[in-house]
Amino acid sequence: MSGARMSYREALRAGLRDALRGEPRAFLLGEDVGRYGGCYAVSKGLLEEFGPERVRDTPLSESAFVGAAIGAALAGLRPIVEVMTVNFSLLCLDQIVNNAATIRHMSGGQFSVPVVIRMATGAGRQLAAQHSHSLENWYAHVPGLRVIAPATLDDARWMLAAALADPDPVIVFEHVLLYNAEGELDPSITAVDIDRAAVRRAGTDVTLVTYGGSLPKSLAAAERLAAEGIAAEVVDLRTLRPLDVEAVLSSVRKTRRVVVVDEGWRSGSLAGEVVARIAEDAFYELDAPPARVCSAEVPIPYAKHLEEAALPQPDQIAAAARRLLEG
Amino acid sequence: MNATSPAAAALSREHGLELLEGMLRIRRFEEKCVELYGAGKIRGFLHLYIGEEAVAVGVLRALAAEDAVVATYREHGHALARGIPMRRLMAEMYGKREGCCRGRGGSMHVFDAAVRFYGGNAIVAGGLPLAIGIALAAKLRGENTVTACFFGEGAVAEGEFHESLNLAELWRLPVLFACENNLYAMGTALERSESETHVARKAESYRVPAATVDGMDVLAVEAAASSAVSAIRAGAGPQLLELATYRFRAHSMFDPELYRDKAEVERWKQRDPIPALAAGLRDGALLGDADVAALEAKIGRELAEAIDFAERGSLEPAADLARDVYTRQAEP
Repeated sequence: MSGARMSYREALRAGLRDALRGEPRAFLLGEDVGRYGGCYAVSKGLLEEFGPERVRDTPLSESAFVGAAIGAALAGLRPIVEVMTVNFSLLCLDQIVNNAATIRHMSGGQFSVPVVIRMATGAGRQLAAQHSHSLENWYAHVPGLRVIAPATLDDARWMLAAALADPDPVIVFEHVLLYNAEGELDPSITAVDIDRAAVRRAGTDVTLVTYGGSLPKSLAAAERLAAEGIAAEVVDLRTLRPLDVEAVLSSVRKTRRVVVVDEGWRSGSLAGEVVARIAEDAFYELDAPPARVCSAEVPIPYAKHLEEAALPQPDQIAAAARRLLEG
Repeated sequence: MNATSPAAAALSREHGLELLEGMLRIRRFEEKCVELYGAGKIRGFLHLYIGEEAVAVGVLRALAAEDAVVATYREHGHALARGIPMRRLMAEMYGKREGCCRGRGGSMHVFDAAVRFYGGNAIVAGGLPLAIGIALAAKLRGENTVTACFFGEGAVAEGEFHESLNLAELWRLPVLFACENNLYAMGTALERSESETHVARKAESYRVPAATVDGMDVLAVEAAASSAVSAIRAGAGPQLLELATYRFRAHSMFDPELYRDKAEVERWKQRDPIPALAAGLRDGALLGDADVAALEAKIGRELAEAIDFAERGSLEPAADLARDVYTRQAEP
């Protein structure tokens, strides 16, 4: 049986629609989520279906509306916030880091903050240095937050329900290059586990660990490697905090070689954290030093050829894997 | 207004004594905290509310049990006036497990779900958006509750003040903004940081009705807060009170007070809200020496019991360090 054909954007929208239908405490708020239909058209049509109380347009006041969502969550509702891009989320970093992430602990466990904050991330649409960055790791650094990155159609469809069921703040990163990706939903899936990473392609020679917008690139690299007789295993982290370290170690113990692919900048990256965990727990099981493919350490530029040069690409990923095998 | 404000004449004896007790309780609690700080029992930052007691006592008396409160890092007064038991507050200051936040918050982060007290926020203006959200939740659920949000005049320089006032009025949310204008943001005087020093005027630019109130007169504060809360409950949307007050002590325990005149502090001390109310009550023959002695004795007993409770409290085992980071405990 084949599943419904849809885009990643439509899958996200279906998840939002489920949330608003099934959870009376849920409401969506953010800049242009209502009449405009969402900056990336994810919430298109939801205003008509659910009305302005539950699909709530906000002023350009990231700190106030994200803080308001946190306050509403404290008071027992289940707000879902859309922040246009991770770059804009820096305007509400205070509310997320100083309030959402801390209140459970500071209050000695009296208050939870069940808020879901969705934001677009990543480059590839020539939007230059104030709309293209991948700052997921800034959030993944913070105890008290859960950080997830749906990279597949099924995850886009079902991760929101899991995020909404989480009693603590969940940050959802949607890569801008995935919105238009189309495919068929797996009809056997009706829920996903956001505690676990997923093996997206099995292999025995080298592990490619990645997440979000770098998953399709890593799968493309694995395809190229397969043509050369190299079987790459691709692990999609899915949840960036807490990391499913066991899934990574289990793959690496099998392949004994690992490349971590991350669109964030290399210095202080999530890829660095993944490599450190592998080094701590599986150092003697490696046949080659861990490798990383990350973005070049520049503000993401506008011109297409420069933007492409700044980002991890399948060729670089495949080359990094080959080097480990040639080692 | 002054100590013998006309409102005092219309007061019942019981009402007057409750207000006096409320303020005196905060004063004696904090004076003891200073001693305990000196003895090393309390550490970290300790921001005293001494001089400002009329604000918390007057405003919180206007709220009902089902209403919500968001406060600042100078919140011992709000916490006590809202009904957080003194013993649990003191145990929190001691960093004990029996504290209202199991020793995780300390002086600056007091929370108590039982009285809908949402902190203790130590990022200036950071509590305003939370209050917006708590009030939004009430509105969406059709509950006629008010969220009182305390902040200092220093917060009006932050973007979150402006964003929050705009949202509150745009969405007609039941928020009482209580601006405690004590004239100094730590050491920066209001006129050195604001082009427009009238906070009430800023509120009016967002169409939020605002009043300036003598924050050293607990009766004036209570009257203004009651009237604002009634308006909010009647559906008039958010209201702001600018409460003119003064902190008698340093900003925290590490402040040599280089930024203000001793003479200015002395002038404000002449307007101490506690003797002012007491004088008004005496003038109306509502208070006698025996009443004051009885109040002091009662508060003294409560304070001694609170200190004993804190002293006898236990320390959270360090093995439980990571509890309450997540609701479901499972972080590698």
